[in-house]
Amino acid sequence: MFPSAFDYVRAGSVAEAISILDGSEDAKLIAGGHSLLPLMKLRLAAPSTLVDIGRLSELDFIEDRGDHVAIGALTRHRDLETSSVLKQSVPILAHVAGEVGDPAVRHRGTIGGSIAHGDGASDLPAAVLALDATMVVRSASGERTVPATSFFKGFLETDLAQGEVLTEIRVPKVSGGWSYKKFNRRAQDWAIVGVAVVRNGSTRISLVNMGSTPLRASASENAINQGASIEEAANLASEGIDPPSDLNASADYRRHLASVLVRRALQEASA
Amino acid sequence: MQVTMTVNGQTVSRDVEPRTLLVHFLRDHVGLTGTNVGCDTSSCGACTVHVNGEAVKSCTMLAVQADGQAITTIEGLASAEGELHPMQKAFQENHGLQCGFCTPGMVMAATSFLKENPHPTEAEVRLGLEGNLCRCTGYHNIVKSVLAAAQAMGE
Repeated sequence: MFPSAFDYVRAGSVAEAISILDGSEDAKLIAGGHSLLPLMKLRLAAPSTLVDIGRLSELDFIEDRGDHVAIGALTRHRDLETSSVLKQSVPILAHVAGEVGDPAVRHRGTIGGSIAHGDGASDLPAAVLALDATMVVRSASGERTVPATSFFKGFLETDLAQGEVLTEIRVPKVSGGWSYKKFNRRAQDWAIVGVAVVRNGSTRISLVNMGSTPLRASASENAINQGASIEEAANLASEGIDPPSDLNASADYRRHLASVLVRRALQEASA
Repeated sequence: MQVTMTVNGQTVSRDVEPRTLLVHFLRDHVGLTGTNVGCDTSSCGACTVHVNGEAVKSCTMLAVQADGQAITTIEGLASAEGELHPMQKAFQENHGLQCGFCTPGMVMAATSFLKENPHPTEAEVRLGLEGNLCRCTGYHNIVKSVLAAAQAMGE
């Protein structure tokens, strides 16, 4: 399998990438290509132009900035997984990066690519949602920031407009407990359901593969933040959520899994 | 589009379509057919090669993305004199293969893994090879081979 034909441009800077995106209706950015190329090979995506930003070293960094850690969009999963800054200040993110795909995938895939792809079944989008991270987005008209809570809009759809580049992810440092529970049945697979819990003052809980975007388990969050028991909070994991049914799991089974995993994750984050 | 890269220490330059995948570049344009195409969906790892020393699934990388990079395939592991790499020897000595289809990818993934973790436990080897499937299910001897290679390379 190979993609349909496209023009390929290697951008020398973010500004150049933006100007190419602005001059095209359907140009797509490519970095590690581990979300986009599989879609293109299946002909589910067929951009006329690929703008390769994979070599922009200005977007490859992990920086301690006091109350938060700033991560360049082109930082690879492998570099997140092994980062001493993240292990120290945002350990859940290093851990979750190490749960993505397999080692070879983590040598190519980038955090910005995963988040811009916005797959509700992926690990990192749910992690940044639980972490209350902020996305930094650049375009010809300047820079704007978008909180993770309003970044993921729909199935593979984010707040990014054509002509915008996700450049940086700012992640608050985590002082309390955390947990990430990924349930799958085969090595290297996507989560059938996953749960991220971050206790930073209040508790935030996000769900993987319970909808077309990563989702907050709002009812569980409210319950635990108002003093309910872990058991009570976990029972509300899928309240207001309509999970999909597919070959791996029925919607009912996903609801069941969500409760079990929220309970386990809350227990681990509270230990 | 002209791409130039180092493949097994040799500079290779070819004119390719941008949509050419690295694995097809290696097999069809350079003639190195040791790297197999298995699932073609970045699941099975049969197409694993090294890009700048790290394991990568070459079915999920464009040849144009590899422009200017250093690629090593299974053909480049043995010495110029033909002496097998310790990982290849270990696979041979420990019967680390049955049909052999996954072997080039297994060996490339395993050598990359040992660079990152030179003294792994058995469980770490199994996790480190998570992205490589053996449909003969010959995993036990593959893991045994990697542990033997780790020991041989550590001596």
